[in-house]
Amino acid sequence: MTENVTIVENIHQSNDQIAERNQQQLQAAGVFSLNFMASPGAGKTSLIERTLHTMKDSFNIAVVDGDVASSIDADRAAKAGATAVQINTGGSCHVDANMLHSALAELTLEDFDLLLVENVGNLICPASFKLGTDKNVLIASVPEGDDKPYKYPKMYQDVDALVINKIDLMPYIDFDMAYFQKGVEILSPDLLSFPISCKTEEGMDAWLAWLEEEIKHRS
Amino acid sequence: MHELAITKQITEIAIRYGEQNDASKITDLYLTIGDLSSVIDDSVQFYWDIIAEDTICEGANLHFERIPAKLQCQKCGHEYTLKENEITYCPQCQSSDVRIIQGKEFQLQSINIEK
Repeated sequence: MTENVTIVENIHQSNDQIAERNQQQLQAAGVFSLNFMASPGAGKTSLIERTLHTMKDSFNIAVVDGDVASSIDADRAAKAGATAVQINTGGSCHVDANMLHSALAELTLEDFDLLLVENVGNLICPASFKLGTDKNVLIASVPEGDDKPYKYPKMYQDVDALVINKIDLMPYIDFDMAYFQKGVEILSPDLLSFPISCKTEEGMDAWLAWLEEEIKHRS
Repeated sequence: MHELAITKQITEIAIRYGEQNDASKITDLYLTIGDLSSVIDDSVQFYWDIIAEDTICEGANLHFERIPAKLQCQKCGHEYTLKENEITYCPQCQSSDVRIIQGKEFQLQSINIEK
């Protein structure tokens, strides 16, 4: 005999539960944490390098780098002054809460003020997997085009801060900032946004000031 | 691509509820998927056949209910459904001050089991 069993459960719940544990663990250790998500080439690693360059003398910073293969990004983060852990996702297109959980086990969390997680470069999959970081930061970049919020609506939802990188290229590229920001506003109302250039360092002050404030607020 | 991880999660939830209810077999799963949730039915189905093998879910049918994306205008209150998930401003008053009110869902609603 067939019987119907009502469930009504969010399918991401098992990941979300581990994310919650990560969050508790990080908060208990007094670590402020960010999850950087972006398409490949938007400037995740460059922003991390710039951030490390300015903040490494005042704060202890750990970086967890998620990539399908290689340790190129973790090597760059280590060279820039962070304690870096590389996650190789082995083909998976995103970092999930469990992968971060394993990476956290390699760090003495109490030693750090700030954790930066660099997700796999991808505008689709990482959006579905919470990690348990304090904030989700999306990095967009001017050469990607102004239509990205409209084409990847899931990624532009539920983020806490938006960095718009490579603004030094604005004069050379047809990027309609108003059109881009309207799309962002629909998907994430009142989103904090930081237009920057990792190359010229324009706008970096505002980004670093915000980050510093958040870290102090935590500790 | 993330559908592989998602399909594993679906299987885990179904098996957990199946075992709690002494099921010898799960025959059907009813899923609701919002159009803005970035989940593709065909990909889930593809992985399902592989992942469900040798579990009490083997051979179970997946039923997908798609939930269209709906927005509400914060200016005039008009509610509208998106065509092909293209984010558009309010068709009534052209305001860009609109909010998503439906379409993010992704849930396992129920399963049919045999004891």
